[in-house]
Amino acid sequence: MSTIETFYDVMRRQGITRRSFMKYCSLTAAALGLGPAYVPKIAEAMETKPRTPVIWVHGLECTCCSESFIRSAHPLAKDVVLSMISLDYDDTLMAAAGTAAEAALQDTIEKYKGNYILAVEGNPPLNEDGMFCIVGGKPFVEQLKHAAEHAKAIISWGACASYGCVQAAAPNPTRATPVHKVITDKPIIKVPGCPPIAEVMTGVITYMLTFDRLPELDRQGRPAMFYSQRIHDKCYRRPHFDAGQFVEHWDDEYARKGYCLYKMGCKGPTTYNACSTVRWNDGVSFPIQSGHGCIGCSEDGFWDQGSFYDRLTNIKQFGIEANADKVGGTAAAVVGGAVAVHAAVSALKRAQKKNEEA
Amino acid sequence: MSDKIFHPAREAHEIFEASRLTGDATLEDLESIRHSTSVYVYQAPVRIWHWVNALAITVLCVTGYLIGRPLPTMQIAEAYDQFVMGYVRFAHFAAAMILTVGFFGRIYWAFVGNSHARQMFYVPIFNPRFWRELLWELRWYMFLEKHPKKYVGHNPLAHVAMFCFMTLGLTFMIGTGWALYAEGAGQGSLPDTAMGWLLGLVQNSQRLHTLHHLGMWAIVIFMIIHIYAAIREDIMSRQSMVSTMISGHRMFKDDRID
Repeated sequence: MSTIETFYDVMRRQGITRRSFMKYCSLTAAALGLGPAYVPKIAEAMETKPRTPVIWVHGLECTCCSESFIRSAHPLAKDVVLSMISLDYDDTLMAAAGTAAEAALQDTIEKYKGNYILAVEGNPPLNEDGMFCIVGGKPFVEQLKHAAEHAKAIISWGACASYGCVQAAAPNPTRATPVHKVITDKPIIKVPGCPPIAEVMTGVITYMLTFDRLPELDRQGRPAMFYSQRIHDKCYRRPHFDAGQFVEHWDDEYARKGYCLYKMGCKGPTTYNACSTVRWNDGVSFPIQSGHGCIGCSEDGFWDQGSFYDRLTNIKQFGIEANADKVGGTAAAVVGGAVAVHAAVSALKRAQKKNEEA
Repeated sequence: MSDKIFHPAREAHEIFEASRLTGDATLEDLESIRHSTSVYVYQAPVRIWHWVNALAITVLCVTGYLIGRPLPTMQIAEAYDQFVMGYVRFAHFAAAMILTVGFFGRIYWAFVGNSHARQMFYVPIFNPRFWRELLWELRWYMFLEKHPKKYVGHNPLAHVAMFCFMTLGLTFMIGTGWALYAEGAGQGSLPDTAMGWLLGLVQNSQRLHTLHHLGMWAIVIFMIIHIYAAIREDIMSRQSMVSTMISGHRMFKDDRID
């Protein structure tokens, strides 16, 4: 391993000053929720540890994860982490193509057996032996399994790799399957979102490269530092929710006043992500701040939770337009009607019986 | 068979047949039916639980519905001075905590209370005669039987309904409810430690909300049937119903022993 350079070496080679490097360490420590005492620790780790190679593969996806990643707010995070990754294998971003690219992948696997991190963007479709997604002439599922075999850990980028996303939405014709259901014998960290927030992505990668371990995960395998609270819990419109002040129609007076978007189908109360704190595009805004409800893109099966604009989910088993209130209300009305009829018949029977006895 | 309740005109197995079949009638109960035509069925803790539970469920249904479909936007004051949704949710959570404590208290009472206190928590599904009695009771509700039978505790049909909607239904609602509450309480909190795993199982909180919401409607349907059946039985059956949950005594209207 002596031939592998450190993160710091890579950064300096990229023309990054020591001052900028220390800034990056501070920013990363803050983003990960670590105290100031961790800044020198991160710096030391990056100066002394050989960098961890990353292989970045793409299955069924739209590349929005990569797009998000290269727009990380802090330019350093993007440059540093991305250049470290693209050195190895990322078929979207690497210079090599065709056979050379596939050779690079094979080289990396051989060279760093058991030491590299496999980042997966997208997921493998399993129907028709995986023929719906071909990479380098072979089904993607084969490349995924091959690359995963000697990986130290796997990062599932985005809703596709974590949960399946749109290609896995009902009826899922290609049987697109999230990574953790295909690879079951490796530690997997899910970073869901469509796409995930850039700072969250760089933060997770930096944490893993620096500390050589997975960050603390929640029950669903997501890094707890970014996914332990709902959008709703930290939403700046939350006071309007508690006050009972809602946008009733798009473009009404309440929408202009910036009231809560709960009634407009905002999925903030059921979505775990860091959008309301980290925000997007250099902290400029996030969907709710721009006047649109959260669509819950970092949640399992978010395409199958009915309309983005309904508070109550449609329950398709009971018809396209049926939600819990319609199903329950109809059932209650039917039972109520049956009870009324039953009561009437009971009264008649009783009267009849009294007549007979009289 | 105690000879005290033996009636010379009847075969032994015919005596209070229905009462005994429901499974919870003790010999003392049968004796009580014979000479006092009243049995002390629901002890005070059971009655208190019933009414507290009824009140809590009513509050929970109304506030729960309003959480899913909030009231129209009100502008009483600035947002920091107005807490309409907050109070609705507070009432929901407060009632839910009372319901939860009550339910655990009720389970405790099943162990220390009388035999009737246990009836709600199990259904004798392996007893074929229970199913026959269930069918009979169904026939009574379908107007196919002329005369109802006497029961000390729940009749077989009510017994099944109680088990499904209260024992299982409340467990479901308490479980999903606390899993939802755990989301706001935060990871590592007590509700999260106790019930957070349910969200991990259902995966998407929106799904969990829908399940909890459907559960509410199941309880509403139970309420409709429960209140109707209680009043109907009070009028048409051979024993008291509504007053029993107030006084605890089941009073019988005749002394026939079928």
